[in-house]
Amino acid sequence: MLRILGKIQRIGIVTEPLPKIDEPALEEVGAQIKAKIGEMFSGSLAIRQVDAGSCNGCELEIHALNNPYYGIERFGVHFVASPRHADMLLVTGPVSRHMEAALRRTYDATPEPKLVIAVGECGANGGEFGVSYASCGAVSNVIPVDAVIRGCPPTPLDLMRGILQAVGELPALK
Amino acid sequence: MTADWLTAFLGRLTTREIQAQEEPAAGLAPAHLLTVQADDWGQFAHEAKNWDCRWVAAWGEDSGDDLIANACFEKDGTYLVARTHVKRATPILPSHTPYFLAADRPERHMQDMFGIAFMDHPDPRRWTRHRAWKESEYPLRKNFPAAGNPLAQTPPNDNYRFLFAHGSGVYEIPVGPVHAGIIEPGHFRFQAVGETVLNLEERLGYVHKGIEKIAEGRDAKGLARLAGRVSGDSTVAHAWAACMAMEKAAGIEVPPRALALRAIMAERERVANHLGDIGAICNDVSFAFAFYQFGRLREVWQRVSRETFGHRFMMDRIVPGGVLSDLDDQASGSMQKQMVSLKKELDGLYNIIDDLPSLEDRLDTTGHLSPETAKAFGALGYVGRASGIPYDVRKDAPYAPYDRLSVEVPVFQDGDVAARVKVRAEEILASFKLIETLIEYLPPGSVRADWKPAPAGAEGLGFTEGFRGEILAYVRFGENGQIARYFPRDTSWLTWPTLEKLIRDNIVPDFPVCNKSVNGSYSGHDL
Repeated sequence: MLRILGKIQRIGIVTEPLPKIDEPALEEVGAQIKAKIGEMFSGSLAIRQVDAGSCNGCELEIHALNNPYYGIERFGVHFVASPRHADMLLVTGPVSRHMEAALRRTYDATPEPKLVIAVGECGANGGEFGVSYASCGAVSNVIPVDAVIRGCPPTPLDLMRGILQAVGELPALK
Repeated sequence: MTADWLTAFLGRLTTREIQAQEEPAAGLAPAHLLTVQADDWGQFAHEAKNWDCRWVAAWGEDSGDDLIANACFEKDGTYLVARTHVKRATPILPSHTPYFLAADRPERHMQDMFGIAFMDHPDPRRWTRHRAWKESEYPLRKNFPAAGNPLAQTPPNDNYRFLFAHGSGVYEIPVGPVHAGIIEPGHFRFQAVGETVLNLEERLGYVHKGIEKIAEGRDAKGLARLAGRVSGDSTVAHAWAACMAMEKAAGIEVPPRALALRAIMAERERVANHLGDIGAICNDVSFAFAFYQFGRLREVWQRVSRETFGHRFMMDRIVPGGVLSDLDDQASGSMQKQMVSLKKELDGLYNIIDDLPSLEDRLDTTGHLSPETAKAFGALGYVGRASGIPYDVRKDAPYAPYDRLSVEVPVFQDGDVAARVKVRAEEILASFKLIETLIEYLPPGSVRADWKPAPAGAEGLGFTEGFRGEILAYVRFGENGQIARYFPRDTSWLTWPTLEKLIRDNIVPDFPVCNKSVNGSYSGHDL
C-alpha cells in the first residue's frame, strides 16, 4: 500500500488538462441535454445500448461518449446493463434476423415510458446491408423507433445531438 | 518462386498416392493453387499437418454442377490454396477438423451456407445457421435469392444442444446474446463450480447479416465499401485485403504512394484499437485511471485520423486501385507531432501499469493460453504473439510497402492477459516507427490507378495484417466486372475458440478481462 501511495505521490497527476476541442457545440449541446433530462427524467437518463447486428463501428463511437472528452455522464446520461433499468434503448445495426427475437424481447423488457433511438445508417435504413435473408434492415422494421441518428458511424457529437433531439421532442411526461 | 518445402511436400503427396496437381492461378500469387481429388481431401490435410503447415481458412463456391471447396494453408510465409470439386447432387467431403482444430467452425459455416457435408467432422451441430432460413436452403448457393424467403418473425435460437456438465455443485450461467455492456451480441454458456469455470461454450452467429451473399453482384467500389464494414474496428485492414484481392484479379498496379498511405492508415488503425483495448482491459479489473487515460489518448488519435484522412476510423478511404485522398505536408506534420507527445505520455503510463501490484495480481497468470494450445488452434495476432507465435503477415509474407520496411514483432511466452497487454503496448511503439518511416519516405506520384474491370472468372487473394492479426480476402469476378464471390476471413475465426480454452480454471469474475484480452470480432466472424 505504502508503495502504491509513494508511487502516486511521485508520479502526481498525469492527466493533462484537456486541450480545447474544435467542437464548441459540445458544451452547448451537453448543457441542453442536462436541462432537458432534468425536466423530463428527474435528472438522469438511463440508456441500454443494444447491438442488433452492427459492424461494431457504432459501438466504438458510443463508447467514446464515456471518454474524458465527452464524459456524457456529467450531463446526466448513463449506460445501464439491463433493459429493465433503462429509459432509452440505443439500437445499432441493421437488425440481423438472428437478433430479431432478442431485440423484441429487450424492447418488451424495457419499462414504459421508453424511448428508442436507431443509430447509424444501418439502424436508420439498413445501410450497406439493407434487407436480405439475413437482415431485417432498419430498426423500425422490428420495433417502434422514436428517433434516428444518422452517420456511418455517427460521431460522438452526432450521438449527443441525436439524444438531445429525441429527449427534446418528448411531450412533457407529467 | 516455389518454396523448398512445397516441392518436397508435393513429392510426399505423390508417394502417399494423394492426387494433387499444381495449377496456374495468377490472381492468387504468391499463393500456390493445388487441385485435389475430393476423396483425398482429408488425407491431404493429414499430410499438411504432418508437414507442419498452419491451417488458414476454408471457403466454398458454387460453380453450377459442382460445389467447390477451398482450404488455405501456410508454412514459412508461403501460402497454398487447395481446391476440390464435389458434385452438387452429393456434396460430401472428408473433414479437415480431425487434423486441424482451426477448421472446426469454418467447416460448419460452409456446411450451413453451401450444404457441403463433412462426413467425419466431430461436431455435426450448425454454426452460422440459426433459424433465419429453411432447413433445405443454403444461402451461398447461386439459386438462393439474396432476399431469401424470410418468415414474418424469425424464431429465437432455442434449439441448440449445448454441452452439458453433471456433478454435485455444478451450475450453468447463460450469458447473452444481449450483453450487459456496450458490446456486440453473442451467447456464452458457462459451467462452473463455485467461482471456478469448468467449461465455456460459445454460440456465435447472432450478427450474421449475409455479407458474403450481398457482396455478389456488386462492383469493385461497392465491394470495398462492404469490406470496410466486415468489422468496424478493422475497416482499413479488411478494405485493404479486399482491394488487394480485386487488384490482383484485375491485374492493376497500385501506385507506391497509395500503398504507403494504406500502410499509414493500417498502422493508425492498429494504434487506435490497442489504445482503446489496453484501457478497457484495465477497466475490467477496475483500474479506472488507465481506462480514462488510454481512452483520452485514443480520442486524440482518432481526431488526427479525421483531420488527415477525413474519417475517425478512416472508413471508405481505401478504394480499388489506391486511396481516396492524398496526404499533404501539414497533415503528415501534425501526425508526427502527435506521435512525439504520445510516445512521451505512453512511456509514463507504461511505467505505471508495469509496476502496479494490483494489476499484476489480476492480469498475471490470468487466462493462460499455452504455446502448444495456441499453435493447435492456429492463433495469431496479439493472442498468438503472447503465446510464442510470432507470425505476422507484414514480416513473414510481406506485401508492399512492408516488403521494404523492417517490422518489429513483439513476442512473449507467458500466454496470460498480461502478456497480451504487453504485446499490444509494444506494437503501438512499433507502429509509431513504421508511420515515421512511411511519412519520411513517402513516394511521390499519384494515389490511385484507374480501375479496369477484371475478366469474368478472374480470382484474387489478398492478405493483410490487421490489428487482430492476419486477414484473408478471396474474390472472384463474374460477368461485367461484378463480384461473383467474396470471402473475408477475420482473425477472430482463429482466436474465438482459444477463449474457450484459456478461460478454464479461471474465476467467473475474470471472464470480462479474459474476453477483452482476446477481443474477438463478432461481426467479422458471423459475416
